[in-house]
Amino acid sequence: MDLGPHAVFIIASYALVAIVMLALVAWLVLDGRRHQRALDALEARGVRRRSHTGEQAR
Amino acid sequence: MQTSAQNAQNLTSRLANPTRFMSLSATLLPWIGGLAAALIAIGLYLAFFSAPPDYQQGHTVKIMFIHVPSAWLAMGGYLLVAVSSFGLFVFRHPLADVSAKAAVPLGAAFTFLALVTGALWGRPMWGAYWVWDARLTSVLILFFLYLGLMALRSSLDDEALAGKLTAILALVGVVILPIIKFSVDWWNTLHQPASVLRIGGPSIHASILVPLLVMAAGFTFAFIAMHLMAMRNEILRRRVKALTLAEVSRASSSVPAGAKG
Repeated sequence: MDLGPHAVFIIASYALVAIVMLALVAWLVLDGRRHQRALDALEARGVRRRSHTGEQAR
Repeated sequence: MQTSAQNAQNLTSRLANPTRFMSLSATLLPWIGGLAAALIAIGLYLAFFSAPPDYQQGHTVKIMFIHVPSAWLAMGGYLLVAVSSFGLFVFRHPLADVSAKAAVPLGAAFTFLALVTGALWGRPMWGAYWVWDARLTSVLILFFLYLGLMALRSSLDDEALAGKLTAILALVGVVILPIIKFSVDWWNTLHQPASVLRIGGPSIHASILVPLLVMAAGFTFAFIAMHLMAMRNEILRRRVKALTLAEVSRASSSVPAGAKG
């Protein structure tokens, strides 16, 4: 595929967008897992929300 | 028969329960994320294998397929922060602050992408990465506003107060949106005027407009999916904090009075 004389600018733009969007998704997934693990650990120690009726809010 | 306003109000009140929101968002997330991935994949195919080079920009027009959606989401993200902040003050919606807090880093990321992809387009087209043009400068201010919202929230330990102060700043800062939108009409700018969202319809040929709109739809669904994920994370974080405090309080109350220091 010929992207012309300014190919480096086009490739850099798409690479940057891909990196930032993938980094956002990775951060969100890892952050969610970290909180879920902490919540599971607390519930395993018997600390539960007053409104907790056994449903898993996942 | 329920009116659409009543239906919208019912949906909003049903979502006011964080547990119900967690359940509904868990069901919706894979569909919204999948739709975003599919639209972006189609958009990339159209951008690289279908869209012709522009008569003036050549292949550099391909940068517009990611620059324009990023710029729209930079503004759309801020509008979401402002509407959520309004919801916090006026409707005291339990998820309003969660939504506002979740949208800020996402909006900042898309504003950063709009600025940098714009610079990478500007160098070959204008001969400069940056000019102090009204559109570029007002978007840079939007980026600093996002950073300011994050800094303000993280500088206060009292989360309720931090939420309210951040909401006030977000509502004051909403004035930047019309300035960005109309900067190209109010001032002489190097940045071109609106060519899609304009009176009289888009001025772009369909071969360029279709990939642009497909990518914009894909980016928008990706933003929605990431916003839902960030809201879910914030709800989980608040639950962890509340339960940790409850555990500490329970532990301290179970210590015999004489044993307390």
